[in-house]
This record gives sequence, structure tokens and C-alpha cells, in this order.
Amino acid sequence: MPFDLYLNVAIGGVLTGLVYGLMALGLSVIFGVVRVVNFAHGEMMTIAMFLAVVLCTGLHLDPLILLVPIAAVMFAFGYVLQRGLINLFVTRPEHTQFLLLVALAIVITNTLLIIFGPDARSVQTAYGFESFQFGPVLVDAAKVYAGLAAIAFAAGLFVFFRFTLVGKAIRACADNHTGALVVGLDVKRLYALTFGLGAACVGAAGTMLTLIIDTTPTLGPSYTLLAFVIVITGGLGSMPGALLGGVLIGLTEALAGLMFTPSVKSMFAFAILVLVLLFRPQGILGKRLA
Amino acid sequence: MIAPLTATMSRRGAVLLALLSAALLAAPWVVNDYLLTVLIIILYFAYAGQAWNIMMGFAGQLSLGHAIYLGLGGYVAATLFTRFGIGPWLGLLAAIPVATACGAIIGFLAFRFRVAGVYFVILTIAFAEFARIGFDNWSFVSASSGLFLPVRQYAHNDLWRLRGDPAMFYYVIFGATAAIFALCHVLLKSRIGYFWLAIREDEVAARAAGIDTFRYKMIAVMVSAAVTSFAGVFYAFFYNNLFPEQVFSIARSVEIILGPIIGGIGTLFGPILGAFVLTGLAEALNAAMAACSLDLPGAKQVFYGICLLIVIVALPDGVWPPLARLLGVSRSKT
Repeated sequence: MPFDLYLNVAIGGVLTGLVYGLMALGLSVIFGVVRVVNFAHGEMMTIAMFLAVVLCTGLHLDPLILLVPIAAVMFAFGYVLQRGLINLFVTRPEHTQFLLLVALAIVITNTLLIIFGPDARSVQTAYGFESFQFGPVLVDAAKVYAGLAAIAFAAGLFVFFRFTLVGKAIRACADNHTGALVVGLDVKRLYALTFGLGAACVGAAGTMLTLIIDTTPTLGPSYTLLAFVIVITGGLGSMPGALLGGVLIGLTEALAGLMFTPSVKSMFAFAILVLVLLFRPQGILGKRLA
Repeated sequence: MIAPLTATMSRRGAVLLALLSAALLAAPWVVNDYLLTVLIIILYFAYAGQAWNIMMGFAGQLSLGHAIYLGLGGYVAATLFTRFGIGPWLGLLAAIPVATACGAIIGFLAFRFRVAGVYFVILTIAFAEFARIGFDNWSFVSASSGLFLPVRQYAHNDLWRLRGDPAMFYYVIFGATAAIFALCHVLLKSRIGYFWLAIREDEVAARAAGIDTFRYKMIAVMVSAAVTSFAGVFYAFFYNNLFPEQVFSIARSVEIILGPIIGGIGTLFGPILGAFVLTGLAEALNAAMAACSLDLPGAKQVFYGICLLIVIVALPDGVWPPLARLLGVSRSKT
């Protein structure tokens, strides 16, 4: 019996971890190309979560249907943000970039707080209480859908970067900024596209996360930190690393929540972070940064 | 202390400092209790900002987790006071080593293992979050239900136990702010200060010039942590309550760095000016909202965020450097 329980929780943790991974993937893509560290990542995700909650309760739409529209809205948000504001800072000192995004994070969190108030909100779905049974294992249907959607979205992104011309151009910018300029790529537009794609990941992940957790305006900072922990663990700039890191952290949190109390689960994620920083700073799948 | 202070400062700067000090010293006789409380908050932020500035402004190490030193300082002193009846000044003697040790651990891990840039920032945040969750679950310090200091009406001010009216708290934080100003001034003009600036400007070059960068970065973190812990002790005894959710939060870490960033990172007057500008405007905003009978929790933070955005976009060096040139106070660009 205890083994079944652990297995149930572990599978739930892995599925949640896939959604975390998709969120972190956005951070990783933005950093890998634009070289800007998005300190407003979790806050951008709360925007997507509130969009999902409002549309879901207002129009009675399923979050799974909202996935693509919300990702598109967040893409536009990211595109405009990079084009209008962050692009000015690409060549500024690192700490100025951090502080710019921290400022943006504060504005987002508290604007959401003013609009929606501090109360937690959740979405109601037809399959909210359903679950799948595989032998002794019982898995929430919502988590299964969320996990599968996260994999599908990540796979789509992977295909985009690997096989499309624009995707290749973006990777060229990441590999050699000057070279990309020399061959005539519109780097500013590609940066904006990349930031948009990172924001779209966050949009999709946030929409899926409303199936799993309650939405409050103050989730932002802890999810920003979680995204950092995941990408540093997996390897900053590595796409498979972000998903792997997400699964690892999701699993750790789930098991820690079961074995101790749920409130201490983040401490284990931080412990992993510190160990990775000290002993494998490039992350599990990352290449050594210059 | 005073002689070297004035000797290396421009004349106008010294005059300005003297005028500011005189005005602040006289303030409790002139202003009402509300304004005095605002002044206490301003000086508290000026102090904490100055303490953070040692690490970031002088040595170039960005910490977004300074709440951990505040929180540790506050919790050590408050626990000693409530559990064992030990006063805050003796409590401070315990708080400083605890915060310094914590800074030393973070600094050692970061600098020994070459954790730099964004990784260093994340490490500082992670430690503060770790402490927040740890204290939130530690029943000895009342966990998430918070630690409260006994509040009673006192017939007279008890400076030794830090129990009394706002004027007493005001002079305590004024003294501390003056002391840290002097300390920073002396540090900046000392050998250590020049080494810090060299590390801030170009760490590789500093090491090539023979500076033991590990050692001087460690000193910066430990000094910054030690002086920050006093701000925590003051916070605990002024507000009489401590909640892990509040004292260790990222929001608290960000709040204390707003002043120096807006005033001017790495300058001596920056943190003070930034605290005045920011807290002053925030209080004005509060008053305006109260006048319109609006109650928007979060409005102040949105305002802080917008101020920060404007300053970072338009005045990347902060408000003080251009203002200093305008007043003819600065000798050089620093």
C-alpha cells in the first residue's frame, strides 16, 4: 500500500514537472538567444493563469481549448515587451537588465493584485475529479492532460527550432550575434520573436497549471525562482535540460510534500539548486558556459 | 572619525551634510508624530540601503536576498528578548555574528565555486527563500504564526531595552544612519574600498593586479551582512512583530535596494536621497489615495515598480550623480 501511494504521488509529480519544464523552457529559450535573464518569468505566467481563469469562468471554455489562444496572446505580449523595452537593455550591464525585469515583475504582480484581489481562484472542468486507473496506480485526469499538452507544446517548439528557416535563423543569432548581423538577419526582430516564443511557453504552461493549482497574484516570485532552479539544474540554454529539470523538480517536490509537509517542499528544490551550482554549474545537460 | 570625513569631502558636500544633519536632529521638535514615523521609515531604508550598497555599490556583487540578514538579525534579537529577557543591544551582539556567519557561508560557496552573475543572484534569493520556509516551519520561533514583542505603555523611554516613543526610535536610527554613512565613507577611502572598486569595475584585471579578490569579496559580504542585521533588530523592536512570510520575502529584499538604485548605486548620498524620494512619494500617494477614499493594496508596490523602471531606463546611474553635479558637490563622477 505505501508503495502504491508513493508511485501515485511520483507520477503526479512527474506530470506536474512536465508543466514546470515547459515554463522553464521559456526562460531557457529567452536566455539562450537574447542573453537576457527574465526575472519576470513567473509573473508573466500569473498573467496567463489569470487569463485562463477569467476566460474559463466567464465563457465556460476548457483550459485545454484556451491553451493555444492564451499562448498566442502571451507571444504578442513578449514580442512587444522585447521590441519596446528590453531591446534597449541588451547591451547594458547585466545588473541593469536584472533590475529592469525585477521592476517589471513588481508592476505585474501588484497590478494583478489590484485587479483581482488576493483571493485564490480555481477553474472548474468536467474532468476535474476524474482519474485514470492503471492497475494499482490512480492518476488525476487533469494532470495527465496538462502533462501531455506540455510535451506536445515543447515538441512543437523543438520542431520549430530544428526544422524551420526562422528557427534556424534564431539559432544562428544565439550561436554568433555578429555573424547573424553580417549575413543580414534582422536580429532585433528575431530577438523579439524569441522573447515572444518564451512568453508563449509561459502562456501554455500557465494555462495548464490552472488545472493543477489555485491561482493567486502572488504566485509570481516563487515560480520565477522555480523556473531558475529548473533551468540551472537542467542546464541553462538546453531545451531537453529544461524539461528534464522540470520533471526532476516536480518529482522532488511531490515526494518531499508526501514524506514531510507540503510547505517545506521548495526547500528540497533549493537544496538541489545549491548542489548543482556547486558541483555541476553547467547543469545536468548543459554545456560549460564561457 | 570627523576629521578624515571632512578632509576628503568637497566643501559644499560637507556643508550640505551638516545642514542635513542639523535638520534631521531638530526634526522631532518640529514635526508631528505621523511625520516623525515617516522619517523613521526613511532613515531605516537609508540605513538598510547603505548596508546593501557596500556589497553591490562598492564590490559589485548583486544580492537580491538581503532579507535573510534582516530576518536573522530581527529573529535573533527578538527571540533573545521574548524568551530570555535579553535586551536588544546585547541581542545585537548575538545577531551580528549570526548574520555575518550566514553571509560568510553564502559568500564562501559562491566565490569559492565561482558562482557569478545571474547564478550568484539566484543563490542569494534561494538562501533567503530557504530561510523563509525554514522559519515558517520552526516552532521555536512560533513558525508562521509570527513572533510578537510585548507592547506596554512605558512611563519613560527605556533606551537599553528599546521600548519607548517614536522620538527615541528616531534618534536611534538617525545615529545608526550617521554611523553607517561615516563607516562607508571611511571604507571607500581606505585600501579595502579601492580594492572593492577595482573588483567592481573589472574583476579579472583586479586579480591580475594582485588583489586577492576572493578575500575582498568575502569581506564585502560579511561587512554588509553584519551591518544589515542591525536594521533587522531595529525593525523587530520598532514594529514589535516578525512574520517569516514578511521579513524573509523577496519583496523585502527588493524594497531595501530600491533606495540605493534610485538614489545612485555606489554613492554615499544615493541611498539617503533614494529613501527620501521613494518613501516621501509613497506616503504622498497613500495620502492622496486616502483623500479619494481608495483602498488598493498593491498600489504602493506598482508605484515602486514604475519608479524603478523610470530610473533604470532614464537615469541608469540614479538621481544623485546628476543632482550632485547640479549642486556642484561632486568632485568626480563617483
